[in-house]
Amino acid sequence: MKSEFTPPIGKITQIDGQCISLIGNDIDTDRIIPARFLKCVNFDSLGESVFEDDRKTLKGRHPFDLEENKNSSILIVNSNFGCGSSREHAPQALIRWGIKAIIGESFADIFYSNCIAIGIPCFTLPKKSIEEIQNYCDNQFLFLEIDLENSLAKSKDLNLNLEIKETTRKMFLSGEWDATSTLMENEKLIENKFNQLPYIKFNTHLAI
Amino acid sequence: MSQDTLFDKVWDLHKVSSLPGGSDQIFIGLHLIHEVTSPQAFGALKDKKLKVKFPDRTVATVDHIVPTDNQSRPFKDNLAEQMIETLEKNCLEHKIRFFNIGSGNQGIVHVVAPELGLTQPGMTIACGDSHTSTHGAFGSIAFGIGTSQVRDVLATQTLAMNKLKVRQIWCDNKLSKGVYAKDLVLHIINKLGVKAGVGCAYEFAGPAIHELSMEERMTICNMSIEGGARCGYINPDEKTFSYIKNKLYAPKNEHWDRALRWWESLKSDENSIYDDVTKLDASKVEPTVTWGITPGQSISINQQIPLLDDLSPNDKLVAEEAFEYMSFKPGQLIKDTPVDVCFIGSCTNGRISDLRVAAKVLKGKKVSKNVKAFAVPGSEKVATEAKQEGLDQIFKDSGFQWREPGCSMCLAMNSDKLIGNQVSASSSNRNFKGRQGSPIGRTLLMSPAMVAAAAINGKVSDVREFIN
Repeated sequence: MKSEFTPPIGKITQIDGQCISLIGNDIDTDRIIPARFLKCVNFDSLGESVFEDDRKTLKGRHPFDLEENKNSSILIVNSNFGCGSSREHAPQALIRWGIKAIIGESFADIFYSNCIAIGIPCFTLPKKSIEEIQNYCDNQFLFLEIDLENSLAKSKDLNLNLEIKETTRKMFLSGEWDATSTLMENEKLIENKFNQLPYIKFNTHLAI
Repeated sequence: MSQDTLFDKVWDLHKVSSLPGGSDQIFIGLHLIHEVTSPQAFGALKDKKLKVKFPDRTVATVDHIVPTDNQSRPFKDNLAEQMIETLEKNCLEHKIRFFNIGSGNQGIVHVVAPELGLTQPGMTIACGDSHTSTHGAFGSIAFGIGTSQVRDVLATQTLAMNKLKVRQIWCDNKLSKGVYAKDLVLHIINKLGVKAGVGCAYEFAGPAIHELSMEERMTICNMSIEGGARCGYINPDEKTFSYIKNKLYAPKNEHWDRALRWWESLKSDENSIYDDVTKLDASKVEPTVTWGITPGQSISINQQIPLLDDLSPNDKLVAEEAFEYMSFKPGQLIKDTPVDVCFIGSCTNGRISDLRVAAKVLKGKKVSKNVKAFAVPGSEKVATEAKQEGLDQIFKDSGFQWREPGCSMCLAMNSDKLIGNQVSASSSNRNFKGRQGSPIGRTLLMSPAMVAAAAINGKVSDVREFIN
């Protein structure tokens, strides 16, 4: 069992860790965390159930069950990772298992924004580079030092120019990924907007 | 970059500010919540000592975990009971309108909001559920969010987001007899792929879309997310307005006239600019069935499951996985595949018109003795209407079980689940591995009419043979 989970706070500039490779396109959030684990009113125990059904099927051979991966924190995936349901339980299960950053060919939109919202940076690389990294991970441990300021990942053998949306990168560097307080700063503007919207005026009967 | 589309107009109208990092702060006009993705958000508000900013802009119902056989309280499932109690408590505490079981207005959140007239053109709508794209059928900009974003909407009524690109999907001609909105959207996802919509809003347009009823349009927009598009929409027209008119929460009297004038001004301009335009011929679409583990892996009823060599290198990996999981062989026909369970329901196809079309196929026929078949109305209103029309009796006479409203076996968070490697013919939206409650269960997505046909024959069938 991993040490107790502490959520990231504030600016995220550097993530160092061992890579864990998970091969497959279109891995959906139902697979990351099956729906029966959504019957909860907090996220606390999701870490142990991550990829539950895939892991059972592979009887100990799933990457998340391999002894050599147990301290990994950087997940390497292929294309359209996290498609399907909007359940934040999926990245919450990953972060509680120990994942701190994800590098992949591409990510589904809602999964990607859920990752931002809980402090998991997702980076992209071309298919070929991902496959090279996954091959490397097959044969040896890969420790990466990710520098968000310069979008670089380094190991003893590799230097990778990671891709990340500029707006997303800035959100992690400034701490704005934890959006509530930033959004609240514009309270006056929000109230003005509310008063300007045409449909608020013709739906007055919605008021409680 | 797109210009003067409905998406651009609605986005610009709701933009509150440009955030320091470069994303936009967007006002959310209507926030829908349910029991699965909201409890942690309310928990976070409590931790941060925050209040709900505009309680009357959030509406709640309960759908994912509700049993469909016996809805008396407390639920038999303790965890489900705990979830509904938590939602009841949170709504009471924060003065949020809640459509509970027995209110007459409970149901799947994406069925309930349109039928109550809450969903209206020009709104931004968010909900902690990926099928929120459904509401785009009314010309609103609607998308799914996660729980942290639910927290942000509760606290500020806004979200930090990057503007999406806009792809128009132009559908020429019209659907032929026995071919439904579900077939069209499965066809679109198959042609474009399950990730083509990443970073995009889909605008569905053209004569074939114009021809569709509002409920059929909801089916199309509902599945935008299965094509990767978080948001899908259709420009509002007369059908949109007459659907909304006189609904419980529709604007009334002089407000209605003002609303109508504004709604009419919203649609994409004739010379608007799209980031991309894709065209297809809707008359070529046939009844469509999925054979794999993503909604993009579908074929027409008379087609063979593709050979690996027919697929692009990118699609091969998932196809191989699908063959193994589904126990299908490349080149096999999908028609006549035996099915064990038939499910009609969900936010994709659990509305009254879906039940009508299925009942028409079932009338005077019997469900195959090897099949367990059940129909789950999308809402209490749908259930009532179906009973008034005698549809429930047609379903029951045929051998279908008639259930209470909820999400049910679309995602199997209640006790409606596949067992072992059963094959289901399902009117829902996802055929992911394990989606319908059994880690080795297999799902074939199709239209409700096709599910009815499969139930009668006990195997995947062409519904056109029933309706001609």
